[in-house]
Amino acid sequence: MGSYLVRRFFLMLLTLFGISVLVFAMLRVVPGNIADILFDSAGMIDVKEKAKLEVELGLDKPIIVQYAAWIGGLAHGDLGYSYVSEKPAIQEIAPRIPITAKLAGLALAFSILFGVPLGVVSAVRQNSKLDYALRVISLSGLSMPAFWLGLLILMVFVKYFGTIPIYTNPPHGFWNQLWLFSIPAAAVGFRSSALVMRLTRSSMLEVLRQDYIRTARAKGASEQNVNYHHALRNAVLPVVTVIGIEAAFLMGGLIVTETVFNIPGIARFLVEAIRWRDYPIVQNLVMFIAFVAVFINFLVDLLYAALDPRIKYS
Amino acid sequence: MTEKLTALAAAALALFTLTTAQSAEPKHGGILKFYHRETPPSMSIHEEATFSVNAPAMAIFNNLVVYDQHKPQNSMDTIVPELATSWAWSKDNLQLTFKLRSGVKWHDGVPFTAKDVKCTFDLLQGKAQDKFRKNPRKDWYAQVADVTVNGDSEVTFHMKRPQPSILAMLASGYTPIYPCHVSAAQMRTNPIGTGPFKFVEMKQNESIKLVKNPDYWKKGLPYLDGIEYTIIQNRATAVLAFVAGKVDVTFPTEMTAALEKDIKAQDKTAICELAPINVSTNLIVNRENPPFNNLELRKAMALALDRKSFIDIILQGQGDVGGSLLPPPEGVWGLSPAQAKTLIGYGDVNKDREEARAIMTKLGYSAANPLKIKVSTRNLATYRDPAAVLIDQLKTIFIDAELEPVESGAWFAKVARNDYSVGLNLTGNGIDDPDQTFYENYSCGSERNYTHYCNKDLEKLFDQQSQETNVAKRKKLVNEIDEKIQNDIARPILFHARTGTCWKPYVKNMTVMNNSVYNGYRYEDLWLDK
Repeated sequence: MGSYLVRRFFLMLLTLFGISVLVFAMLRVVPGNIADILFDSAGMIDVKEKAKLEVELGLDKPIIVQYAAWIGGLAHGDLGYSYVSEKPAIQEIAPRIPITAKLAGLALAFSILFGVPLGVVSAVRQNSKLDYALRVISLSGLSMPAFWLGLLILMVFVKYFGTIPIYTNPPHGFWNQLWLFSIPAAAVGFRSSALVMRLTRSSMLEVLRQDYIRTARAKGASEQNVNYHHALRNAVLPVVTVIGIEAAFLMGGLIVTETVFNIPGIARFLVEAIRWRDYPIVQNLVMFIAFVAVFINFLVDLLYAALDPRIKYS
Repeated sequence: MTEKLTALAAAALALFTLTTAQSAEPKHGGILKFYHRETPPSMSIHEEATFSVNAPAMAIFNNLVVYDQHKPQNSMDTIVPELATSWAWSKDNLQLTFKLRSGVKWHDGVPFTAKDVKCTFDLLQGKAQDKFRKNPRKDWYAQVADVTVNGDSEVTFHMKRPQPSILAMLASGYTPIYPCHVSAAQMRTNPIGTGPFKFVEMKQNESIKLVKNPDYWKKGLPYLDGIEYTIIQNRATAVLAFVAGKVDVTFPTEMTAALEKDIKAQDKTAICELAPINVSTNLIVNRENPPFNNLELRKAMALALDRKSFIDIILQGQGDVGGSLLPPPEGVWGLSPAQAKTLIGYGDVNKDREEARAIMTKLGYSAANPLKIKVSTRNLATYRDPAAVLIDQLKTIFIDAELEPVESGAWFAKVARNDYSVGLNLTGNGIDDPDQTFYENYSCGSERNYTHYCNKDLEKLFDQQSQETNVAKRKKLVNEIDEKIQNDIARPILFHARTGTCWKPYVKNMTVMNNSVYNGYRYEDLWLDK
């Protein structure tokens, strides 16, 4: 297990290095840099002034030097300065992480709390009216675009409650935060829970047909014990994988939800930073999201062993 | 009888309400909440060219002179003193002297003096040690030879030649006075002004906050305790936020006719005003690249345009046909619809297109052998949509065009490199004045003269109108120039858009400027009747 952890750690580093090269190179391939964008907002390009700005920001240096400077800084915890706000990048990125983390965490909780039990119920009562109803709901969740569902929720709130659950000021206190984040989280979680529900159902149906389930029933185990202890535990591995993927996606992929509900999280900030070619923000933010994704995958691998003792890492 | 009595009572009540509202004493206090369409590139007005900056930042500053904030039409007659108490021209019109207000302090407590005025214009002219990153309006002050101070309370602008419109430029929201003791870099992130509101913070993608300046030199003002801009990029969310009362005012001029109708349907108390924004949508043709170096071809393209269709399709009828300057009645200097009718491509569309097809046939093009081109434009809806209509219209004269959407940040770089043949562009005018429009967009060598139109004879007329002090004579000359520019197919103007601003009825003293979107955001006497 120890050697596995060490190997995984080095694999993580290698993956992150690859991502760092990729994101650095891709940003430079996209047409225009911050100087172009800044002048673009002024409706003109002054070639001399643009060149001066590029020197000021270090964009005139060879790409390899720029990359080395960035990675060197990153290793020392120096994320550089945002080209747009001219503040340290860490000051811009750090306050947004908890916002997205809360939203993603709530959405994930929503998807697990609804997706897993309803998937089990749907499988256990296969082809019943309840199963059909749950399948329709899960299909709706998968097919409704997030922006459409989000706007629909906002419209309903404005029309019937005379208020709108969007982020205009940082909420204070647990209940205010819960109120503000739970609605967009439900909008996102609806799609995720539909995915988890469908996967749990199909995985459960597969397991429920196994011999050991029949044996458990023959031994007189209660239906609840059979479904949740024997069946779900064996059916849950693919579900855990998908939940892991969803968790990684939710940290960086909530652009639509953050836009519709006006939440100043990292996904919207990342898109804005890409628009401005704010390299220090984009590079560091992508690295953070990549780290989260890689780390969650690592946790999922460890969880496999905990859930299924037959899995041994060597 | 009962109905009549009810109507009479309602009329009396309405009259009472109106009289009470009009005579109501302004109330102090409250935070005015706007939504903002985007994170501004910085808070330094001098370095930017978008009213995304002016709208929140203008309230932080003062100018020497400013357009009267409650007269919708900006003109030379509506300029009022601000940091200057008075101004006077020398007899030869080469010196403009301002007497300055005393007792004014910057937000950090440092006294304002004539040196600050000099510093500001030295920065704008690139004479100062400190430099702006970008200086998009340095050409506005091309005729200012020097600015000298006479003590702490007087400053003189020395002109290279008479230019009455310098006052118009000084009155624009684009011309705040900056402090000597604060660097250009700090002004981008933490501006210090003398205005009614102090800058508190700007959080990217989140908000901009201003707080009342308790030491404002206009005693008793501002009425508001502060102004907050919540950045809401999604317009659908922003409209719903306004209807739900999360914000009191929409972002200036962001409402289209359709959105305004939608808002009024959902909130009957909302006050909305549609007005011209002095932004023209225009066709740019690269006259240096064949076959577009042929005037006849450019003329055929101009003849193919159906401006009414553009306005009906893109703006639901809320737009104006005109030349390079905003047409009347809102525009002060533009060609009237009657004058415009005589221009090439502004007459009967069917006849014009017949003529255009004849030209194209002469040039060797036909339905079977169309001229294949790309229409380049910024990849934004306000650019793409009219470009699609343009492509459709060009088809009528044997031009088979394909849309080339250009990533927004690469657009001006592409145009500046001359790397386009035909394009569609939007041109915003900071002030409704011919000097700004002509020199910026049509003079030889100007950075914003994207089509490289260059007519030395006409430039002499630019200078002539610029020096003319008689307004009627200047207007006649300006109209002649505009006609010539349009007939030379320098940069065919497709339309001037009108857009709207909405606010809640308790927001008092709101005035929407109707010939510029850059000049009306001081907000010192806005108040909330709550």
